[in-house]
Amino acid sequence: MKKEFLIGVFDCDEKVLEATKKAVDKHFEIYDVYTPFPVHGLDSAMGIKRSFLPYVTFAAGAMGFLIAILFQIWTSAIDWPTIIGGKPFISFPAFVPITFEITVLLAAHTTVAAFLASNFLFPGKQAMILHPEQTCNKFIMAFDKTRINKEDVTNFLNNNGAISVEEKSADNNCFALIGKGE
Amino acid sequence: MSGAHVSKLRKPLVPEDKTYKEISHEILDTLEEKPSKSWLICFSISALVLTLGMLTIGYQIATGIGVWGLNKTIGWSWDITNFVFWVGIGHAGTLISAVLLIFRQHWRTAINRAAEAMTIFAVACAGLFPLIHAGRPWLLFWVFPYPNTRGDLWVNFRSPLLWDVFAISTYLTVSLVFWYMGLLPDLATVRDRTKSAFRKFVYGVLSFGWNGSNKTWHHFEVLCLVLAGLATPLVLSVHTIVSMDFATSVIPGWHTTIFPPYFVAGAIFSGFAMVLTLLIITRKVLNWENYITMGHIEAMCKVIVVTGMIVGLAYGTEFFIAWYSGNEYERYCFVNRATGPYWWAYWSMITCNVLSPQFFWSKKLRTNIPFVFVISIVVNIGMWFERFVIITTSLHRDFLPSSWAMYSPTWVEVVTFIGTFGLFFTLFFLFIRVLPGIAVAEVKSVYRFARENK
Repeated sequence: MKKEFLIGVFDCDEKVLEATKKAVDKHFEIYDVYTPFPVHGLDSAMGIKRSFLPYVTFAAGAMGFLIAILFQIWTSAIDWPTIIGGKPFISFPAFVPITFEITVLLAAHTTVAAFLASNFLFPGKQAMILHPEQTCNKFIMAFDKTRINKEDVTNFLNNNGAISVEEKSADNNCFALIGKGE
Repeated sequence: MSGAHVSKLRKPLVPEDKTYKEISHEILDTLEEKPSKSWLICFSISALVLTLGMLTIGYQIATGIGVWGLNKTIGWSWDITNFVFWVGIGHAGTLISAVLLIFRQHWRTAINRAAEAMTIFAVACAGLFPLIHAGRPWLLFWVFPYPNTRGDLWVNFRSPLLWDVFAISTYLTVSLVFWYMGLLPDLATVRDRTKSAFRKFVYGVLSFGWNGSNKTWHHFEVLCLVLAGLATPLVLSVHTIVSMDFATSVIPGWHTTIFPPYFVAGAIFSGFAMVLTLLIITRKVLNWENYITMGHIEAMCKVIVVTGMIVGLAYGTEFFIAWYSGNEYERYCFVNRATGPYWWAYWSMITCNVLSPQFFWSKKLRTNIPFVFVISIVVNIGMWFERFVIITTSLHRDFLPSSWAMYSPTWVEVVTFIGTFGLFFTLFFLFIRVLPGIAVAEVKSVYRFARENK
C-alpha cells in the first residue's frame, strides 16, 4: 500500500528538535520523526507517552520469580522429596540463585519480545525509508499528506531550518523484502 | 547531548571534528571493503588453531577424558580453571555495556559493542569445558529439569553446579539479545548505505526493518535501560555463582565467604585486560584511533588498577583469615600455596595481578600503548594462574597425606585450551569484518559532548 508523505530534511539534531516543538505548537500533525540516533527531548516534544516496557519487565520478572520458586518447591518437597546433605526439603537459601536467574531470564526476554512486537520489528521486515540518509546523517520530519495543509507545512519547514522539503510516496508493505508482499 | 551543561575542562569523546556522515563512513567502510592482508593472516591463524582445538576435542570425546592429567586426588583442574578464566573475561563486556550505561559514562559508547561481542565469545569458550567434561556431551541436556523417563527424577536444585547451568545460560542469552538489540540501528545504517544488492538483502533481513522512527527510538532507549538494569545484577550473580562451585564445598582453601566479591573483582580485572588486548590491536588495524582514543585506554587502565588492588586485598585477607581462624587445615593450605611445590604458580599470580597493574599509576606508562598491551597480557596470564592456584593447590594435598599428589596437564588439555583461543579470535575477527564493531549511532549521539554548538 502506498502512502503519501511530505518530508522536511534537517542536517542537525538541534534544528529538528526546535522545529518539532514549533510544529506541535502550531498543531501540525507530525506523522513521525526519523533520526540516525536518539535525540534527547524529541520524544517529549512529540508528545510520545512514556514507554510501557518497564511494566512488562516487572510482570515477567514477577512471573519468573513465582515459576522458579514454586517449581523448585514442588520438585524438591512434593513430587520427589530427597534428603540432600541433611537439608530441609524446602531449603530457601539454596533456591535463591536459580530463582534470581529465572526472574532475570524471563524479564529480559519478555521485554525484548514486547519491544519487537510493539514496534512491529521482525527479521526480514522491509524498512519504510523516506530518505536514503535517514539512518546516517539526516533528520527527517514526516507528515501524512492527507492530514495537513501542504502549503502551510512547506512554508513552516522552509522557515525553520529544513535544508529541503520533499514529497515522497513510500510503500509500507513490510513483507516486500522477503517476497511475500502484494 | 543538547542542553546538557558540560564543564569546559571536559574533552570531547571523539577528538577530531567530523560530520555524522564521516563517522558512518570511517567505521562502516571496513564492511564494504575486501579483507586486508593483515586481517586474512590473523583470521587464518585463528581458524587453524580452532581446527586443531576441535580435532583434539573430538579425540578426547572419542577416547574418553581419561586422556587428561587428572588423578585420584586432583579430580578437577585444568578444565575448570579454563572455564572460570573464560567466564571471567566475559564480565568486562557486560560491565561496560550495562553498568557504565547506568552510571551514564558516555565514553563507553565507542568500546561497548566490541566488548559485548567479546563477552558472548568468551562465554561460548567457557561453555565448551563443562560440555567436554561431561564426557558424553550429547547427554548434556540432562542438566535441565524436564519430565524424563528416569521416574521424573529431578535435578538437584541445591547444587551450585546446577546454579551454574542456570546462571551461564541466562547470562549468555541475555547478553546475546542485549548485544543484538543494540546492533539494530547500526545494521540499518549499513543496509541503507551499501551499494551491493547482496549486502542490502542480508543486512535488510538482519536489521528487522529498523528505520530510525522516533517512536521506536523512545522504546529502544527504555529497553536498553531495562536490559542494563537486569544485566548489572546478573553479571554480579554469574561470577558469584561460579565462586560458589568452590565456596559451598568443605575443601580448605575453597570454603570461604570472601569468594563471591573476590571472584567478581577478579573477573572484571581480567575482562578489562582482555578488552585492552583486543582493542589495542583493533584500533590500529582498522584505523579507529579517533574513536577508541587514549582516553579510553587510560580509563580502562584505571579500572585495572582499582580491580587489581581489590584482588590484591582479597589475597591478603584470605591469607590473614586462614591464619587467624586457627584452623590448621586452612592454615596449611595457604602456607602450602605460597611455599609448597606450586609456589611458582602462586608467586606468578601475585606478580602479574598485584604488582604489574601498579605501573598504571604513572600517566606516562598508561599512555604508552605497547607497554599497556604487554601488561594487559600479563594480567590475563596472572588471572589464569589465580584460578589454577585456587583449584589445584587446594586439592593436591588433602586430609590424607598418603593420597597427596601432583598434577600436570597432558598435551590434550593444553591443545584444547589453546583451541579455545582459536575459537575466540576466529569469532572476533569475523565479527569485526561483518558487523559494525563500534556502535555508530551511539558514537554520533555523544559526538557533541563537550563541543561548542556547531
